[in-house]
Amino acid sequence: MILELSHIYKDYPQGKLTVPVLKDVSLSVEEGDYIAIMGPSGSGKTTLMNVVGCLDVPTSGSYILAGKDIARQNDNQMAEIRNRYIGFVFQTFNLLPKLTAQDNVSLPLLYAGVSKRERRQKAAIALEKVGLADRMTFRPNQLSGGQCQRVAIARAIVGNPKILLADEPTGALDTKSGEQVMEIFQQLNDEGVTIVMITHEPDIARRAKKIYHIRDGILTGPVQ
Amino acid sequence: MFENISLAFQGIWSHKMRSILTMLGIIIGIAAIISIVSTIKGTNEQIKQNLIGAGNNAVTVQLYQGDEAYDYSWNAIPSGVPLLTEDTRTQLEALDEVELASYFNYRSYAENIYYLNTSFNGKVLGIDDKYFDVFGYYIQWGRNFLASDYEKFRKVVIIDHTAMSSLYPTGVNPIGTCIEIRGIPFTVVGVVDKKAAFEPVINSVEDYETYSQESSGEIYIPNASWCIPYQFDEPQSVVLKAVDTDSMTQAGNKAQDILNGLLSQSTRKKVSFKSEDLLKQAKNLQDLQTSTSQQLLWIASISLLVGGIGVMNIMLVSVTERTREIGLKKAIGAKKSRILWQFLTEAAVLTSLGGILGVVGGIVMARVISRLTTMPTAISVPAAAVAVLFSMAIGVIFGFFPAVKAANLNPIDALRHE
Repeated sequence: MILELSHIYKDYPQGKLTVPVLKDVSLSVEEGDYIAIMGPSGSGKTTLMNVVGCLDVPTSGSYILAGKDIARQNDNQMAEIRNRYIGFVFQTFNLLPKLTAQDNVSLPLLYAGVSKRERRQKAAIALEKVGLADRMTFRPNQLSGGQCQRVAIARAIVGNPKILLADEPTGALDTKSGEQVMEIFQQLNDEGVTIVMITHEPDIARRAKKIYHIRDGILTGPVQ
Repeated sequence: MFENISLAFQGIWSHKMRSILTMLGIIIGIAAIISIVSTIKGTNEQIKQNLIGAGNNAVTVQLYQGDEAYDYSWNAIPSGVPLLTEDTRTQLEALDEVELASYFNYRSYAENIYYLNTSFNGKVLGIDDKYFDVFGYYIQWGRNFLASDYEKFRKVVIIDHTAMSSLYPTGVNPIGTCIEIRGIPFTVVGVVDKKAAFEPVINSVEDYETYSQESSGEIYIPNASWCIPYQFDEPQSVVLKAVDTDSMTQAGNKAQDILNGLLSQSTRKKVSFKSEDLLKQAKNLQDLQTSTSQQLLWIASISLLVGGIGVMNIMLVSVTERTREIGLKKAIGAKKSRILWQFLTEAAVLTSLGGILGVVGGIVMARVISRLTTMPTAISVPAAAVAVLFSMAIGVIFGFFPAVKAANLNPIDALRHE
């Protein structure tokens, strides 16, 4: 088991009240899995994604990622876990506008302390994997939305993370570009990359091996 | 670290206008400080030059009553002060700091000297054969005093250039002529001039009064003949040529102690030898100049403070603008310290750059000042280095709060920031 959430609760204080967002969420993901989590907005799926992505700690419950108890880590250790085990793909790409595609992709390696030469090499390989070998020196504003998302995927996989965490990866793309991104996901999963994807589009979710639903903070599934 | 610096330069370059405006406070502050410091240094060097350059590292030690140089024109000769001899002179020359020593008689009161009907107010000195060497005079015309002049108490006189031009305005050859000192005729045997012509730089009336006292005409007679116009038992003064400018104070102090050792306890209560320390005089004048300029430095420092606050302000704006970038970096594994360093480096690079530009501006300003006002300036390299380091420190100090703010951003909120 690469990722195991058990009985996760997450409350947010709102004024004097505390609002429960996640209620008793349990989820196990095995290596090589490809799961989709579906839910309408406000269902708690972004909070779940933040918890899974080690950006947030649950109020209660346990989360074991690659054998590490996330609740017991400090800020710096969390940063290291995110760097080594998780690759993020965001709806809005979140590329740094001043850096080239290659530099954007090599950024996680910089934080991992990899040498400059090795960073450039690995970034080039990752960009090749997403079909952008000829766009390495382009800046985000010279690339289309689909290409940007592919750069972001390259950035997510460049450090060989344990899981690829995608939050509405096709939300900002047209159908054709979205299709390309999904093909890359499929290809990566075939190569053994574990993928956790959050989406509200049934068409996209159907690509995953398992589909979970979240509503009002309660996770149900999986549907095979 | 190196990557942070090059990233910081990219950031500064991509916001040229904003960066320059932010740096302006630092640039102006540092430029003001550098130009003020240059002016202080230039003025101080000139004061030292003016006072000491004229004196050939000469330190005069003379008898004082309290704070006043003892003057035999008005006062009776003090009892208990022995006349100086060759032995004392040799003893003084044995000091490490002293190259040459000479003793001489003189009165500060200017005497009326006559050549025919032409009169002139000059200082009369009774000198030994070392005096001219100490002050760097050479015989321009005629001859120096001979040993026989001393032995036979001859009434011979050597005059300096000022005295010559006053006494012989028509250009008569002074050698062999006769001048009167206190009604006693003396034969002019020579004219002396300074080997190194030194003209003090005069910028103001005050400067003129401070530096021009020495240039009144002087009349030299053999010290053996001093008793002809004056009294034979007037205590002499000593002049030392120090080995270098920095030893002047030491040489003066040591000589003063040796000479005071010749005085009895009771005599020393009334009069004592004191060295006229040109170096100290220069220091006093310099201190005066420096203290007035230091007020200006404080004002310039306020500009740096304002500049620093400007840097803090713009760094806070920069952090807000780049919230998403910070969030993304944290999400993909940047630790707090890395974000902190990134912003600290950026602030430090920004202000250091401002500091460097300020130093350049200050040097240009100093040059312009010295062109326009004849005020001397000298660039101080350590001051320039300190200025750059100081502006870097301003960046670190005023960049710290924004950097901490950036480092502590919550990645979830930061990523969602619009």
